[in-house]
Amino acid sequence: VTVVGVELTDDDAEAPRVIPCLLLEGDRLVKTQRFAEPAYVGDPVNVLSIFNSFEVDEIVLLDIGAARTRTPTPIAQLRHYAEECFIPLGYGGGLSTLAEVEAVLAAGYEKVVLNTALDRHPELVSEASRVFGAQAVVASIDVVGGVGGAVRTEGSTHDVGADPVAWARRAEELGAGELLITSVDREGTMEGFDLELVAAVAAAVGIPVIAHGGAGRRKQLAEPITSASASAVAAGSLFVYQGTNRGVLINYPTRPQLERLMGR
Amino acid sequence: VSDVAVVDIGMGNVGSVANMVRKAGGSATVAADPEQLSGAPRVVLPGVGAFDEAMVRLRERGFAPVLDQLVERGDVPVLGICLGMQLLADRSEEGVEPGLGWIPGSVRRLPAEAPDGTPVKVPHMGWSRVSAPRAHPLIDELDADARFYFVHSYAYDPVDEGAVLLRARYGGRPIVAGVAAGAVMGVQFHPEKSHRHGLALLRSFLAAAP
Repeated sequence: VTVVGVELTDDDAEAPRVIPCLLLEGDRLVKTQRFAEPAYVGDPVNVLSIFNSFEVDEIVLLDIGAARTRTPTPIAQLRHYAEECFIPLGYGGGLSTLAEVEAVLAAGYEKVVLNTALDRHPELVSEASRVFGAQAVVASIDVVGGVGGAVRTEGSTHDVGADPVAWARRAEELGAGELLITSVDREGTMEGFDLELVAAVAAAVGIPVIAHGGAGRRKQLAEPITSASASAVAAGSLFVYQGTNRGVLINYPTRPQLERLMGR
Repeated sequence: VSDVAVVDIGMGNVGSVANMVRKAGGSATVAADPEQLSGAPRVVLPGVGAFDEAMVRLRERGFAPVLDQLVERGDVPVLGICLGMQLLADRSEEGVEPGLGWIPGSVRRLPAEAPDGTPVKVPHMGWSRVSAPRAHPLIDELDADARFYFVHSYAYDPVDEGAVLLRARYGGRPIVAGVAAGAVMGVQFHPEKSHRHGLALLRSFLAAAP
């Protein structure tokens, strides 16, 4: 059995990515609800190696402590996490200089996730995009109050004074290659994605949008793709908890399950 | 001497490539100096970033002539990855610098429109299946459903169809996902980030006879 003569269809072109979004606090992985009440879910090396064995599409690792202190996770720690991950990785949290971005990419990460930097160091988004390519720069946008609401940075503590669609357009203009749109109101609630928010942003930009915040059941993973034009979905609780009573169980759909979920 | 020398021009994820080579059972040296290529039984040329910048760095740091000699001798398997594969071409629409020219062809921008007129997101970023027009030792061990992680805005267009190692589909069209001619090979995707499928490909590369 080899790939010789395999028939390809456009369905094989690019399946929507389904991305575990993991939150780091110090050297622990935690899960929050509406960006609060961090609950311990496991040791990062252990959890990452489980997701690696599940052959997940991609992983986004966000240091929620670093987002507040504006000091990125130590590079040696990030390199250690990347060493056993043979899948695409993104890191976000406290990045504010080009040297920090370069160090993260050299540590085995394909993408950096910039959030507060969009407000405080917009030039970093442009420079990182120019030097490392737009594909390496994910702009992360945390939204409170849905599509008509507010964009918040610094762990949802600072209001930037722009609406999500305007902020998304600005991120694209600055050079971001992709947007991670997080509904703070839904995050960790397992109540479903804010599809209205995702659809409004996806319609306003030409770059891929990752929908994040609220996934509580596997069935919901397809919704941002099929009804809100997202290119990818990210989830935390869904992949670290078993059911809505929140018992920790690292999980991810099998490839055939994903194909069924996405209607392929 | 390590099984693989990984060329390091400060562009892209050499550490990940070296890790995957080790995972595949080989030893890897990250070579920031062209002298480290001497005696290497295999060479990987990774790369992420802009075509011109990579070609300038390959020349300025003295890699280009050393690699040219290796390829001329033909006894050292060379694997280009992502931008590293595109560098094997004569030229790229992304820049003005000449490429290494080892596998004749041009690198062209992915069309932003499918043949039916629907818009196509560029870069192509995500997992895609691949198909080979013919057998080749590098792809022998791949499962029929092998998927690889792609991130690219440009794709190889080789002069000789016989140089096509793998194809994928994107934006309603076939794209070249791999090239091979003699000891020179290239893949557009990232085997080092494509878990067991990338591992299978790198194992085959390690088995490639010099």
